[in-house]
Amino acid sequence: MENKKSILFAIIAIVIFIALFTLVEMGLLSRQYMGLLVPICVNIILAVSLNLIVGFLGELSLGHAGFMSIGAYAGCLFTVYANLPPFIEIPLALIIGGLVAALFGFIIGIPALRLRGDYLAIVTLGFGEIVRSVLNSLKIVGGSGGLKGINSGMHKSDYYIVAYIVVIITILVISNFINSRHGRAVKAIRDNVIAAESVGINVVYYKILGFVIAAFFAGMAGVLYGHNIGILKPATFDFNKSIEILVMVIMGSMGNIPGSIIAAIILTVLPEALRFLQDYRMLIYAVALILIMLFSSNPTLIEFRKKIFGKKEKGGK
Amino acid sequence: MKEFITFIQQLINGLSLGSVYALMALGYTMVYGIAKMLNFAHGDIIMVGAYTVSIVCSIAGFSPMAAVLASIVVCTALGVTIEKIAYKPLRNASPLAVLITAIGVSYFLQSVALLIFGSKARKVQSVLNLESVKIGGVDLSGVALVIIFITILIMILLTLFIKCTKVGKAMLAVSEDRGAAQLMGINVNATISMTFAIGSALAAIAGVLFVSSYGYVDPYTGALPGIKTFVAAVIGGIGSIPGAMFGGIVLGIIESLSKAYISTDLADAIVFGVLIVVLLFKPAGMLGKKKITKV
Amino acid sequence: MKLKRIFALLTASLMTFSLAGCGENSGQEVENTDVFKIGGIGPLTGSAANYGISVKNGAQIAIDEINEAGGVNGMKFELLFEDDEKDEEKSVNAYNTLMDKGINALLGATTSGCSIAVSNVSVDDGILQITPSGSAADCTNGVNSFRICFTDPLQGELMAQYISDKGFKNVAIIYNNGDEYSKGVHEAFVEKYKSLGGSVVVDESFTSGDVDFTTQLTKINSSNADCIFLPIYYTDVAYITDQAASLGLKLPYFGCDGWDGVINQLNGDTSNIDGSIFLTPFISTDSDPKVKSFVEKYRELYNAEPDQFAADGYDAVYTIKAAVEQAGGDISNEALISAMTQITVDGITGQMTFDESGEPNKSAKVAIINNGSYIAE
Repeated sequence: MENKKSILFAIIAIVIFIALFTLVEMGLLSRQYMGLLVPICVNIILAVSLNLIVGFLGELSLGHAGFMSIGAYAGCLFTVYANLPPFIEIPLALIIGGLVAALFGFIIGIPALRLRGDYLAIVTLGFGEIVRSVLNSLKIVGGSGGLKGINSGMHKSDYYIVAYIVVIITILVISNFINSRHGRAVKAIRDNVIAAESVGINVVYYKILGFVIAAFFAGMAGVLYGHNIGILKPATFDFNKSIEILVMVIMGSMGNIPGSIIAAIILTVLPEALRFLQDYRMLIYAVALILIMLFSSNPTLIEFRKKIFGKKEKGGK
Repeated sequence: MKEFITFIQQLINGLSLGSVYALMALGYTMVYGIAKMLNFAHGDIIMVGAYTVSIVCSIAGFSPMAAVLASIVVCTALGVTIEKIAYKPLRNASPLAVLITAIGVSYFLQSVALLIFGSKARKVQSVLNLESVKIGGVDLSGVALVIIFITILIMILLTLFIKCTKVGKAMLAVSEDRGAAQLMGINVNATISMTFAIGSALAAIAGVLFVSSYGYVDPYTGALPGIKTFVAAVIGGIGSIPGAMFGGIVLGIIESLSKAYISTDLADAIVFGVLIVVLLFKPAGMLGKKKITKV
Repeated sequence: MKLKRIFALLTASLMTFSLAGCGENSGQEVENTDVFKIGGIGPLTGSAANYGISVKNGAQIAIDEINEAGGVNGMKFELLFEDDEKDEEKSVNAYNTLMDKGINALLGATTSGCSIAVSNVSVDDGILQITPSGSAADCTNGVNSFRICFTDPLQGELMAQYISDKGFKNVAIIYNNGDEYSKGVHEAFVEKYKSLGGSVVVDESFTSGDVDFTTQLTKINSSNADCIFLPIYYTDVAYITDQAASLGLKLPYFGCDGWDGVINQLNGDTSNIDGSIFLTPFISTDSDPKVKSFVEKYRELYNAEPDQFAADGYDAVYTIKAAVEQAGGDISNEALISAMTQITVDGITGQMTFDESGEPNKSAKVAIINNGSYIAE
């Protein structure tokens, strides 16, 4: 069964890649959507990694943009100062960004042991704000003016391939983690800490591990973002960015990785697809957000949906 | 001596900033404690309250008092409507789903304000025209004094309301255990709607006093205070009304003193750093009750 | 169960992309030579929306004027403006959207960070990019990028010189640590001012969105500062000067071009800031007939007071027009860019020429606020 799933995943990954590659190379995709490929990938990585914390670990994190920015700055500083060929420089930058972010994931994982729920949420929020405030004042990374001149030498239009590979790695690693023994331990902690502890699950270890893995991938997403845009500004990684990622996770339904992926794609494309609305764009976006939540989470409507489609939806609690 | 006076002045500055946070946090913590949801749109209701004051004041012949009343009416109506349309259908859904809806509502209010009023900050005539009081070289702003007074008054009234009235007790019951409350014959939906109505009315008062002390309102006026208020409510202990007051004032003082004596660049980092340390030692906030989980 | 889900994911992704593909013209459309399309980028929503809206409105006035006068070389001008919310990634998205629509020249982005992000991409396309108000030094790094406004360092130095010449030796500064423009001006100012022998006695910052400045002002009140320099935008200026007045702080203020619009912000009541001096290329009460007609049109159309962003947007369109005229019938990117260094634009922000590095050469005006209006020195 496991094998079957892996093969299926590999086939889907390759099929999507070929489809994408053909679309891009044949020039069938408009520039607007070409330009969205990397942001979509970045958001998928962010949503899937945050899902590990929110959906599987069961902790509300409002500071995911903080991990993203730390990774972005670490990886992009490397690119700015190192002058290596792109195929060495980019993977190295990604790994450096991921590792530095993971280190901070470890640090944030520690208060998570003592705090729960909204109290932990506010620690993660505070963490994100601290990172932004410090980056604003740090001269070496350009302060509020931003870190400029991030150029790996790779052609911009090939960048989506790198981003796609990182997406595949993220999904593989996180879904394997979740389906492994470790993952079951993590879910046990989410469902009942005391019960989990009493059967001998090392809660400390797994909580911190969850934060470290999620931070690692968020850091990589940050590096991708920085290389794609060429400039990093602390203001980008504010509270709203964290919320944006959280919306993707919740809309895709917590603890559901394909859901996160789809929500990330929709929420990246939607604001761009609404450009024709001009000044009313944000208004319609807000309304869409509310409506989607109402339709996807209202118990009565869920019942209704079940009746219509006659399918049993998996009732996860 | 001069340095001491400056220190006192900075403390007072922190106190008046803190009282604004405290006032905003009162309504926030109430919704938070009873309806068990992070109402991210609270800051934006404050913004609507502020705009209402500015519009009513600019119409000739309306007194400031009328503006305050109008603001309370508009915000309460708005709060109840939002609750009906956006939150009530999700009553039994995951709390995080409601959180996202609240964020949607927040964006919605901001966009509507932007479309109607434009993004330029609008100058609002203060409804309180008070001279500042000078005591031994220290300036005490009149508006700040009023805000502190009103905040304390509201805190006391709210506490009394919850402790002594039937509706208040119902709210308390709903916050403790929604299911049990329903079994006892409490109309949970009506109680929560009532909570929103009161919370929004408090937001309106906060909005009025906010523009009275700072003088301007723009569509994003509520955004940053919204976050700070959230922080204040958590420092004090979620759902605790005296805690919200306390948390707001502590937040204001820390912010002001770290700006004055450490670094304005890093003020936000210091505020949140202190917050994290506080929570590590008092995981349920300063005045919050620690819940014991039964197995 | 799982299979079904994955299948659903696959279909959904493919649908999104196929939707994405729908209705696109893949950029290979036949060039319509009757219309010269100018793409604009700036924040139309979000907390920086007033800058983008001003630029858009100002540019639109210029476009309408040009079209009423019969266009250029038989071509009508058209402005396509996209929102970027002052976010670098969205700005690049906006640029790509505009390129799909086949723009001939780019007016933007409005803010510095976005201009830099866009120019990282536009340099490969080689399209003429003119930022009306991106003032960070790096905005004009590309060979294709130019700007209308002053750079931050230049402003900071000019103001340092000016304040020093006026005999103020102890300055207090409040700047926005979260804003690149404010920080850029601040850094250059401090360096220059110190080299001129002045001392910065209070140097305080705040973050975008802050509305309480009493702490910083109390610090200034207890110092020996003889003037206050505020390298920030007018909204924050209004907060600061109001609160300073209620603290009883009465020192002369100096500002930079972000101050333009402050009188309108204060509803015309300048009693707290009379005598304040700031540097600006554009003064809306200027007696120049061009400025007068622009200000009148702006008021009439948008029911608002034009600020410097609007003026920059207006001038940027006329700069593009001048480049098109200079290039003759050739509207290729190369022709337009090489025309840029040969033109002289007599705009409402002063007379400008451009050098190869993309910088404008123009002079600054010193504006004094007096009794509800700006007066040129």
